[in-house]
Amino acid sequence: MIRARVLCQQAGRQAGGVILALLAASGLLLLAGASPVEVFRQIGLGAFGSVTRLADVLVVWGPLALVTAGLLVTFAAGLWNIGIEGQIVMGAIGVTGSLRLLQDAPLPAWAVLSVALAAGMMAGAAWAMLSGLLKTVGGVNEIFGGLGLNFIASALILWLIFGPWKRPGIGSMSGTEPFPDSLWLPALAGTRLSFWSVALGLAAVGAVALLLSRTVLGLRLKAVGRNFRAAYLLGVPAWRHLLLAFGLCGALAGVAGFVQVTAVYHRLIPSISSGYGFLGLMVALIIRCRAAWVAPVAVFFAAITIGGIQLPIALQLDSSLSGVLQGLLVLGVLFSDGLRHRAAARP
Amino acid sequence: MDITLQDIRKTFGRVIACDRVTLAVPGGTIQGLLGENGAGKSTLMKILSGFLRPDSGEIRLDGTPVIFRHPADAVRTGVGMLHQDPLDYPTLTVLENFMSGRPERFFPSRSAATRRLRELAGTFGFAIDPRACLDTLTVGERQQLEILRLLSLDVRVLILDEPTTGISAAQKAQLFETLRRLAVEGRTVLFVSHKLEEVESLCHRVAVLRSGALAGAQVPPYTTAELVALMFGRPIVFPQREPAAPGRPVLELRALSAMDDRLRLAPLDFDLRAGEVVGLAGLTGSGQRLLLRTCAGLVRPVAGTVRVNGRDLTGQVYPSCRRHGVVFVPTARLEEGLIGDMNLSEHLLLVQPPRRLFIDRPRALEAAEERIRDFAIRGSPDSLMRELSGGNQQRALLSLLAPPLALILIEEPTRGLDLESAAAVWTRLRAHCRAGAAILFLSSDLDEIRAHSDRIVVFFCGRSSPPLDPSRTDREELGRLIGGKGWDREAAG
Ligand SMILES: Nc1ncnc2c1ncn2[C@@H]1O[C@H](COP(=O)(O)OP(=O)(O)OP(=O)(O)O)[C@@H](O)[C@H]1O
Ligand SMILES: [Mg+2]
Repeated sequence: MIRARVLCQQAGRQAGGVILALLAASGLLLLAGASPVEVFRQIGLGAFGSVTRLADVLVVWGPLALVTAGLLVTFAAGLWNIGIEGQIVMGAIGVTGSLRLLQDAPLPAWAVLSVALAAGMMAGAAWAMLSGLLKTVGGVNEIFGGLGLNFIASALILWLIFGPWKRPGIGSMSGTEPFPDSLWLPALAGTRLSFWSVALGLAAVGAVALLLSRTVLGLRLKAVGRNFRAAYLLGVPAWRHLLLAFGLCGALAGVAGFVQVTAVYHRLIPSISSGYGFLGLMVALIIRCRAAWVAPVAVFFAAITIGGIQLPIALQLDSSLSGVLQGLLVLGVLFSDGLRHRAAARP
Repeated sequence: MDITLQDIRKTFGRVIACDRVTLAVPGGTIQGLLGENGAGKSTLMKILSGFLRPDSGEIRLDGTPVIFRHPADAVRTGVGMLHQDPLDYPTLTVLENFMSGRPERFFPSRSAATRRLRELAGTFGFAIDPRACLDTLTVGERQQLEILRLLSLDVRVLILDEPTTGISAAQKAQLFETLRRLAVEGRTVLFVSHKLEEVESLCHRVAVLRSGALAGAQVPPYTTAELVALMFGRPIVFPQREPAAPGRPVLELRALSAMDDRLRLAPLDFDLRAGEVVGLAGLTGSGQRLLLRTCAGLVRPVAGTVRVNGRDLTGQVYPSCRRHGVVFVPTARLEEGLIGDMNLSEHLLLVQPPRRLFIDRPRALEAAEERIRDFAIRGSPDSLMRELSGGNQQRALLSLLAPPLALILIEEPTRGLDLESAAAVWTRLRAHCRAGAAILFLSSDLDEIRAHSDRIVVFFCGRSSPPLDPSRTDREELGRLIGGKGWDREAAG
């Protein structure tokens, strides 16, 4: 009961920011000569207008929730894990590599997929820990380290797709040879949505919520995030916890890569991360470590992403408009947060 | 400037920090403010300096009511405050900090500011390098810098919230001299301290706060007993120091030498025995702090060995030292010691080795209640550390020390504590000693060092004296050693 009330209060407080963002977006749309009401209606229709569309929203939601859950762990530890995109990519590479190795082996599909999942998690975690090592050993800020590693990861995936893993004949942007459908995560009839994608997303969000609110480890991660030096002197092995936070986040990014490869694209493509890393950063920024909000806010963002696809067809507007809308939402919410803090801090 | 605080009231949630305080201070006065930890002194001063806004009540300067929306408003009006815990910019240099907060031209003159800083520092005998980065300074030095900055701003009302916790006796005398001069010039000084003798020697009048309300006021001649009675509302018993019965060696240093960017520690041989308390004296930055941090594994020694309970810990990092019973308690409470945004029960969970996966909230709460009772902390298990008063933060920090401990390395153990709490802290620390721990502490308060040490080591420019027996070394001799006199004889003998 009390939890529900707290959630409602939080929602009420964020409503101002959302309204602000919608107003700003409306202004932009009017400038572009479009009717805001019509645009929002089309986005709504595009996202929830039919079962297929709803399924598409959930197709986005799965990996987005996974990534955001991971980012909550690094945020709790006070880290800006910008390298998340690269971690999804490396996860997907790990998954693809292990599937390629094992697809002809006489093993049941579930076993091959489990190995691929583990490989993806390990690859994502390893790539994230590299950011962590750069920070802890070399003193490289994780933002710069992450950016650099993102570039390397996207160069690597292109090289793989056009080089060693290219389709028989000619390598192309359309990716590697698709895997046999025995290695696809099963989809609900008539949609692209896999039950597993949603289940993994929910499980990740639940686990992270539990980790951060109920466990000693979560408390220690938060302590490191709030005052690294004091946590260290209080006896928390702070460096190790930083690495661990990176590792956990990278592993979840790897799971997102797994979902992208085995449930959505069934092969490796250059844009395998679909920008969910940065989208996840936006969601995490808005909800600010409140794990209970991951699921609904991710639905919202996924809906805008999918709904935006509709815009070019219905209104001859570019679908990048959905990105603009998402960006404005983040800015609106953060701005109204900032205003409130200023008001509260005033003597 | 005449100051009138009229019916000032300030609450934080259920806590009444100031309860209708009325205080008038005429210009040219040095007004002392006493009160136990959590009495509301800092809150009242923060209200006067525009840092907090009162719930009700009025501030009048020279008879005109003023409302400060911002500390900068107050500085413009001529009210400046030195905060108990430094409020500065650790990532900037000393000079940049010195230059901050003043209405300047777009391109302020660094050379003029440097000159001004050097000149002011010279008059007080503060050794502060304008180019140093602030985070290499000790808390005491940061307070010194802040005092200089406020003086250079030419404020007409100077509020000093515990300014003497990090300076030497000679520097203190110099500061008091300046404050008296400022008062003669007609400026008003508000002086918050826990050290009665300071207040008695400096202040023209004293007000005492208790639980947020004005408990009383005195003018000279002061009677210490009455002030204590006003502050605490009950008589205080001070524990007598029982001489230690030192046991086996806990800490053995052999030809230990270390270096930071400011000085090099001359090779040091030293044994510390179980149950013993050794105080390190010296001007800030003479090597005491470096020695403590080297023993804690926070600074890597350049030569020599550190053994704790016979185990070689040379070059080990702090977490492994901690596993072997070494704890380090820093001065900068909210920066290094505690996590401002967490509460006591969370801190208790942090310092325990993580035996279980899930947090046992009821147990954590119970443990916190117990510490709050034992250490007389004013606050509840879920008050955030940054909401506690300075003295209560220090108690909380000490309540986190859990036996069994081999070696306690502690900087300024009673910084900001009132008489009663300071006594309580030492009773606690002594209890750790009786349980077999040894204590190495540094303090800029010579009286504290003399009162609580079994042996004293004096530092000067990285050199250390042989251990001295406090009962056979008088205050003057210690003072001379701290000031760098008599070292050649010392080295010869
Ligand atoms: N920001 C805050 N939020 C909540 N409570 C606060 C806050 N600041 C102070 N308090 C409470 O107000 C009371 C008075 O605090 P204050 O810091 O003024 O005490 P003090 O007299 O300066 O004590 P000390 O000698 O320990 O510095 C304390 O009980 C403290 O816990
Ligand atoms: Mg105070």
